[in-house]
Amino acid sequence: MTQAPRDKRMSIEEVVAELKDGMTIGIGGWGPRRKPMALVRAILRSDLTDLTIVSWGGADVGLLLRAGKVRKLVYAFVSLDSVPLEPNFQRARQDGTIPEVVELDEGMFQTGLRAAAQRLPFLPMRAGLGSDVLVHNPAIRTVTSPYDDGEELVAVPALPLDVALVHLNRADRHGNATYLGPDPYFDDLFCMAADRAYVSVEQVVDTAGLTVDTPVQRLLLSRMMVSGVVETPHGAHFTTCTPDYERDERFQKAYAAAAGGSEEDWAAFEERFLSGDEAAYQAAVRTFTEEQA
Amino acid sequence: MSTSTDIGTDHGTDGATRADVCAAAIADAFKDDGEIFASPMGTLPMLGVRLARLTSNPDLVISDGESLFLAGTPPLFAKADVVEGWIPFRKVFDVVAYGKRHVMMGATQVDRHGNQNISAIGDFDRPKRQLLGSRGAPGNTVNNRTSYWVPKHSPRVFVERVDVVSGVGPALARQAGPAAARFNDIHRIVTNLAVLDVGGEDDTVRLLSVHPGVSVEEVREATGFELAVAGDVPETRLPTTEELVLIREVLDPRALRHREVPVS
Repeated sequence: MTQAPRDKRMSIEEVVAELKDGMTIGIGGWGPRRKPMALVRAILRSDLTDLTIVSWGGADVGLLLRAGKVRKLVYAFVSLDSVPLEPNFQRARQDGTIPEVVELDEGMFQTGLRAAAQRLPFLPMRAGLGSDVLVHNPAIRTVTSPYDDGEELVAVPALPLDVALVHLNRADRHGNATYLGPDPYFDDLFCMAADRAYVSVEQVVDTAGLTVDTPVQRLLLSRMMVSGVVETPHGAHFTTCTPDYERDERFQKAYAAAAGGSEEDWAAFEERFLSGDEAAYQAAVRTFTEEQA
Repeated sequence: MSTSTDIGTDHGTDGATRADVCAAAIADAFKDDGEIFASPMGTLPMLGVRLARLTSNPDLVISDGESLFLAGTPPLFAKADVVEGWIPFRKVFDVVAYGKRHVMMGATQVDRHGNQNISAIGDFDRPKRQLLGSRGAPGNTVNNRTSYWVPKHSPRVFVERVDVVSGVGPALARQAGPAAARFNDIHRIVTNLAVLDVGGEDDTVRLLSVHPGVSVEEVREATGFELAVAGDVPETRLPTTEELVLIREVLDPRALRHREVPVS
């Protein structure tokens, strides 16, 4: 008889095998920060299609759009920070190649995930009132306070996810996970809004190792929220994964130049970096880094 | 980029640059805010907020733009400082709803009614130019004080009607009902030419002051709608000697402000 909770370690490919066409997938992190890029890259290599992507977007969104994986995009912004406008996102919007978009205020986004995490149909909020968020999303309704104030507020609809993909610094094999950087973002909320959540991490450690040199408050994910754990060193590249590494600005610049350049520029970038598996990607990045040094 | 010889030689204590004037005008936008979270987006807003904290409003709560509240008032983009609090994105949203916040955002378009657009240019369904997305503008403008910074005042920015309403002006907020209007507070629009607010008739954009060397006519010509102008328009004040020293020597010795508003 075993006394330990389940071992949820998986490979990147095993995670992607769990995904199906048409699923709603939430991607954690924020813009160009701590994104589960190794898992995103694996989706690029897959046959998956017609996905609904829910993300405070960065290159995760740009890459999935460019690969034609997205049927519906739910976002509040898509940005690379040091490159303010994401070229692949711009191109897809300007060419009209995203069948459906839902642009929300970035706080509404949190409220929608929270409603889903709490198994509520909606939560009330002021954000959105008076803005074109409500004009462009006529499905979003308002709700009148049942109390004496009678205020009419936005009934932010729940954003339930089939799957959440997040990247943290450390996890144990059971799915307990810590972030070591300055901001947890909303990765716990993504996991709780989803039927299944997969966490990729820089390093899988023993459970005791999670708190040996780290305050307990940094334990963001409990294993009860997590279906699978993948060890993917540099798996957030080229986004930040502080303190393990910062954003690879040189690489991001090269990505943005290719994405905003000609079809040939993009084809060359894809061929060089995205045509193989994750190990091939990381090897190609190492070569790129050496060339730039 | 300006070289270090620009500082103190081309324009001594009396010769404030346009960027210096903008920094002081932005600082003035935050001087009566009391003890709230000042959230500047962009170089000059960050400079103006830090200038206010060192002069008119030492109670301002400022951040590193990432997730830390800073106890001191470091130079632009300096990393190390004493930390006095933690403000990850999830807590930013809490403070937006709490209301003790004044954000100064950018604006790709601002219209006569003080609505702002950072989402897309052209038709939303098939934009001519996709921008960032509406980010936090819808929530900011119905929850906490909001100002805008426009480094290049032009008819392309100041348009009759924004293509997408990201930030909500007072007239639209009123139309949307009391819940939207209750905390709507569009405070100042500071540009490279002038200081404006939304105090014109029917809550329209109004000219408050023109920067030294700029005429009212120039501002009118650079504005793509009928600008409210009440009587004689004063000049935006010059920075004080103390402010100029703080701007040049303490907060922005690398003259990053002149990348946003070049020395003419």
